[in-house]
Amino acid sequence: MIKAAEAMVKCLEKEGIKVVFGYPGAAICPFYDELYRSEIKHVLVRHEANAGHAASGYARISGKPAVCIATSGPGATNLLTAIATAYADSIPIICITGQVSTDQIGCDVFQEVDITGAAQPFVKHSYLVKNASDIPRIFKEAFHLAGTGRKGPVLIDVPVDVQNTPIDFVYPDEVRMRTYKPTVKGNPIQIKKICEAIEASERPLICAGGGVFLSGAQKELRELAEKANVPAVSTMMGISLFPSEHPHYLGMLGMHGVRSANRAVNECDTLILIGARVGDRAVRSPSFLAENKKIIHIDIDPAEIGKNIPVDIPLVGDVKTILPEITGRIVSKPREKWFEEIGQIKNDVPVTEETEGFINPKMFLKKLSDRLPADTVCVADVGQNQIWVCNHYAVKDGGRFLTTGGMGTMGYSVPCGVGAKMADPSREVVVVCGDGSFQMQMMELATIMQQGLSVKIIIMKNNRLGMVRELQTKGYGDRQIAVHLEGSPDFVALAKSYGIDADRVVTMAEAEEKIEKLASAKGPYLLECNVWRHESTL
Amino acid sequence: MKHTISILVENRAGVLSRVSGLFSRRGFNIDSLAVGETEDPEISRITIVADGDDHTAQQLEKQLNKLVDTLKVRTLAPDELLARELQLIKINANPSQRSEILTICEIMGAKIIDMTAGTLTIEISDSQVHLKRMHDLLEGYGIKEIVRTGVIAIQKGSVTIK
Repeated sequence: MIKAAEAMVKCLEKEGIKVVFGYPGAAICPFYDELYRSEIKHVLVRHEANAGHAASGYARISGKPAVCIATSGPGATNLLTAIATAYADSIPIICITGQVSTDQIGCDVFQEVDITGAAQPFVKHSYLVKNASDIPRIFKEAFHLAGTGRKGPVLIDVPVDVQNTPIDFVYPDEVRMRTYKPTVKGNPIQIKKICEAIEASERPLICAGGGVFLSGAQKELRELAEKANVPAVSTMMGISLFPSEHPHYLGMLGMHGVRSANRAVNECDTLILIGARVGDRAVRSPSFLAENKKIIHIDIDPAEIGKNIPVDIPLVGDVKTILPEITGRIVSKPREKWFEEIGQIKNDVPVTEETEGFINPKMFLKKLSDRLPADTVCVADVGQNQIWVCNHYAVKDGGRFLTTGGMGTMGYSVPCGVGAKMADPSREVVVVCGDGSFQMQMMELATIMQQGLSVKIIIMKNNRLGMVRELQTKGYGDRQIAVHLEGSPDFVALAKSYGIDADRVVTMAEAEEKIEKLASAKGPYLLECNVWRHESTL
Repeated sequence: MKHTISILVENRAGVLSRVSGLFSRRGFNIDSLAVGETEDPEISRITIVADGDDHTAQQLEKQLNKLVDTLKVRTLAPDELLARELQLIKINANPSQRSEILTICEIMGAKIIDMTAGTLTIEISDSQVHLKRMHDLLEGYGIKEIVRTGVIAIQKGSVTIK
């Protein structure tokens, strides 16, 4: 017999977990006491939400579910935003929370909150552990649920007395769930129909989303586009599936996308959606779009098919399994006219102009991406900074872009960068955020220092919540309210007070020199960019 | 349009809250919900009557299927189901009205299960259309209280949902 808390740690070890992100408290102390004895590395974040975001970054780079931990009550509620963020982006994370003692549940005792109830609308599944002996089964199921089918967060809430109960520990070899059987293999009839539709199409277009990354099918996607000779656009979550310069790739579509991608979407006759859920930011009026073209939708989640857009050929399954089957049988077509049109569309790029005495973020990000290693992980926060990165940071072959496209959670980028760096220390990790979003996460500079992580942070400082400011300018008669960030600290001095090397770049003339300093820095680094307050998003 | 949905779920704590939570989260309206153990004590059946167009019903079915505790979801077509609701109706009834109310109950297949000097309590189980007619018949006496179970439904013939 061992204590259930020890069993919890053993479950994580059995799942191959090396790193966990968390913040302790009384109700989770038995579990922490067992972590003390374990080889698993615990990363202390400075706010529980960041434990969730760091786990998200870790999961996205490692391709496996990652773990975050919080205590009961406020610890657990602080984690909620991260859980919702992971849910919106289908990121596999396991959230372990402490709970008050079983006999006290429902009595409104100190630091008690119904966290399984609170998180219910945005978890893939959740458990409130009542019997300590269920722990091995629950952990096994949780990892299976988080990391298969349409991935997502799973919450395990463990009362403190349950953690202290002795149990017989046997970790199950397999999951037995009669209710959960995601479809992986694609229906051959549908695959045949899809091949025929693409072959018959004069102007086909692939729209790839975050689901392709979740499936680990980057290579399979590119092979399909190249073999079938079909150009592609991506959603925000699909950025870096193709290198920016790939001849078949046209950039990000949607409300904040590039003109070339949106024009291609409008002009194609067959749209092949792959692991993309046709979110409102990607396609504003899906039924209008579907009117004059054939829509093919491939997704692992049957509920996504037909949810937002009427579909002509649906196919449920895992794209990593399905795409090679399509690629294997499809006949390539030259489509010279379509590629000629696409070529013209691609060259029609809006001109970016420099503003005297300021950093043009669009030009700056292009220069930055040119300097960084090919396999760099670039994390963007939310707001104007995010769109600038999406459209101007040039991803090279092997590079990876991370952001929260579904939830749009400010304060995601730094902790996500922490997780990404821990998942693969060999890769450069660069985080881009605004001066608004940075102030939602700047406490994590301490985590970066404590863990000795070489994470590079770029702050686009325009003293504004730029995207809302722009919305107020355009949509609300320029009545700017609550978007001014004067009163912010000196970010360079702030970073230095943590012991992080930092600098400021004011004009484009010095951009290359400052980028060089950032890129060649051995440890963590922060660079503040002086951006004009009227700088536009697009 | 009304949809009758039959859902088989694991008989576990919190499942009903997941199902009903899904309806509110996705903006679906529930007319009635009834839940109970099946012939297998590990499985519960939830019968929901919901309002919405066909696209809504299809989405509902898919979203319900996604819940990890869901075993099976079937939207029952109106012509393939037998649906019943049990109602307990308390009405005003003075001694002179009792015999005509008794006649109504006999004809409508209802039962009188309680009586006081000024009231009668009636039990009736039937289809929605029939229950509506019963209400119309009793309205004149003054309905004091109605308690209803919500609709439960089963498929006609020998087929089952398992």
